[in-house]
Amino acid sequence: MQLLNKNPQSLTDQLMHYCPGCGHGIIHRVIAEVMDELKIRNRTICIAPVGCAVFADKYFNCDAIQGPHGRGPAEATGIKRTKPDTIVFSYQGDGDLASIGMAEIVHAAIRSENITVIFINNAIYGMTGGQMAPTTLIGQKATTCPAGRTARQAGYPIRMCELLATIDGAIYLERTTVHTAPNVLKTKTAIKKAFQNQIDCMGFSMVEVLSMCPTNWGTRLDNPSEAAKYVNDAMMKVFPVGVYKEPQKQG
Amino acid sequence: MYQGIRISGFGGQGVISAGILLAQAGMTEEKEVTFFPSYGAEMRGGTANCSVVISSDEVTTPIVSSPDTAIVLNEPSLAKFEPMVKPGGLLIINSSLVNSKPARQDIKVLYVPCNQIAGELGNAKVMNMVALGAFAANTGAVSVEGITKALPKIFKKLKPEVIELNAKALKRGAEHKLN
Amino acid sequence: MSEKKLMKGNEALAEGAVRAGCRFFAGYPITPQNEVPEYMSWRLPETGGTFIQAESEVSAINMIYGAAATGTRCMTSSSSPGVSLKQEGLSYCAGADLPLLISNIVRGGPGLGNIAGAQGDYWQATRGGGHGDYRVFVMAPYSVSEMANFPHKCYETAFKYRLPSMILADGILGQMMEPVEFKHPEIDPKNLKEPEWAIGVNKGRPKRMIGSYDLREGMLEKMILERVKRYKELEAAEILYEEKMLDDAEIALVAYGTSARVSTAAVKAAREKGIKAGLFRPITLWPYPKARLAELAGRIKKFLVVEMSLGQMVDDVRLGINGRAETHLHAKPGGSVITAEEVTATIENIVKKGARKYAVVK
Repeated sequence: MQLLNKNPQSLTDQLMHYCPGCGHGIIHRVIAEVMDELKIRNRTICIAPVGCAVFADKYFNCDAIQGPHGRGPAEATGIKRTKPDTIVFSYQGDGDLASIGMAEIVHAAIRSENITVIFINNAIYGMTGGQMAPTTLIGQKATTCPAGRTARQAGYPIRMCELLATIDGAIYLERTTVHTAPNVLKTKTAIKKAFQNQIDCMGFSMVEVLSMCPTNWGTRLDNPSEAAKYVNDAMMKVFPVGVYKEPQKQG
Repeated sequence: MYQGIRISGFGGQGVISAGILLAQAGMTEEKEVTFFPSYGAEMRGGTANCSVVISSDEVTTPIVSSPDTAIVLNEPSLAKFEPMVKPGGLLIINSSLVNSKPARQDIKVLYVPCNQIAGELGNAKVMNMVALGAFAANTGAVSVEGITKALPKIFKKLKPEVIELNAKALKRGAEHKLN
Repeated sequence: MSEKKLMKGNEALAEGAVRAGCRFFAGYPITPQNEVPEYMSWRLPETGGTFIQAESEVSAINMIYGAAATGTRCMTSSSSPGVSLKQEGLSYCAGADLPLLISNIVRGGPGLGNIAGAQGDYWQATRGGGHGDYRVFVMAPYSVSEMANFPHKCYETAFKYRLPSMILADGILGQMMEPVEFKHPEIDPKNLKEPEWAIGVNKGRPKRMIGSYDLREGMLEKMILERVKRYKELEAAEILYEEKMLDDAEIALVAYGTSARVSTAAVKAAREKGIKAGLFRPITLWPYPKARLAELAGRIKKFLVVEMSLGQMVDDVRLGINGRAETHLHAKPGGSVITAEEVTATIENIVKKGARKYAVVK
């Protein structure tokens, strides 16, 4: 019998706690495969966020640090500047990165810190139980906007790739999604590029990944494709996938 | 021996650098010294003042609330610091810019036309050195030579001829003695 | 031994940290401590270290969280409002057992307050400041020389017991100049052993994790109690204080930082008036020299706490004395200058006139 696939070395044996249909597990695996392929596991440091992915420090089989909500890019700065040989990635959700940590992500990009940021946008606060996120769509229901988000009351969803694209120091920005298999593969290509940029000392890279949260979106748990359909029909209209910034070709 | 000094004037009159220079000179002459600047919110053009202590013993508080000597380089400084001078203390007044006369009878007053002398030397900036020269000559807390030696340590970027000019200003100031 | 050099308190602190092995600094400008980041911005690159002007104090302390996690001797500095902003990060650093140095060049508060030197952050520094059960090793210099030499002790203690360390000084100490002598040999961090917990490039060892959380039943308690063992060892071994003229004293002044300098002058003035006054100066504010105060209270029956705050350190003095002697307070909040004359008057009131137990000076 031929073994076609196995767990990446860059994941631990720890059983993940994510809900059925959640995108985090898929993205973790993609990152781990990239770490294996680039042979950087022994020098990679994972920065775990506050939120559903708080246990990422236990899931990735590399050194890890877990710190305050939204401050991942600042922690990454302290680590990368003191240990330039490490490969540092900050794994952040939308509340973490685009709300409480807005200043840290913007300024890490301004300084063009040579780090990789994986930004999971599922348009909701997961761990705290489904509150409105800065990326919650207009009309989307959450426990702190039960009748649906209105622009008048809560403003508009923030598009981070577009925002950071105005910053000279951000050298690579791409938005992808993991709601279908071909898109998972595209996400892997983007994440690999974002790590390769760091290996090549290019500067600040971020991949924004649109992801599903069936539990807090109130979609039917016995049918995860409903959540995938929401990404396709609603989220991708507000958050178009694609490359927003690419490293300038040398010479 | 203990000498508490307050120096005060407009920002730009060299109040702070004069204070640091005094402290450096005192240190070079093996005295205990402290320097403390007032650090207001304004960066330019406001009033500036500083405290310097030169002492043979350990200096306790660096903020001189009743100075043995006050050096006032402009008019507003006279009003502020005249009342603080210790009875029997010394008030050095830059008579080029200060027109008012102090009211107190229990202190010694020395008038030095600092700007005029600096003008005669060809550089208005050395007016603070004229005042320091007068201070050294009348208190003996530090010597004019001590201050002169400290000049290149504090003004590291100044050319030798400018240092020389500052030294001259110190000497001219030292010619002013209490009667 | 190096030659004496006239230095500003803030610059001496920065140079002292560099000589003690600091190779990473992140901070944000705020008066009266701006000379610290300014000095570090040119000095650290000379040593191969890194200086970053962060976008906020919040970001600065989290850069320190990251840098400390790699085992690097690192530092952040601020003044009162900025130190408030750093408290979240400081709590995480304490919860993750990370050694680091933070300095607070205290100004008048609360709120924006003013930029004068004050001591109103004593509670914040010694009671944690951030959330949760934790301790910070706090040293209170009272001269520019101590500003220069205390970073060495702070790093040694922070790394030995794995906790954050703080230098708590007031704006006067930050801004004043005095002759400085650096007493410790300069440390090249390249010669220091990498801590066995530091994250970084891993050459085949098991993965390491830095963090402050454990959601499993009873496990956080266990984690904290392990840490408390180190706190207890530290408390037993690292308390520092200074005593002046206490042998025959009828009244002991208790003061730290600039208040201790003013109190020294007041003690001398009181002795000239025939009052046997002395000074007890705590140098570590946590751990606090309570046991020594208890001993002293066996024979000295009047204590006067002098502080440039509304009466914060007096709590620790009372805990130490524990009712065995009178505890008086001379307090001056809001960054106003405290003078030896007014403290001397308070001493006279207490000793000669048997003044009331509690005196707040207005």
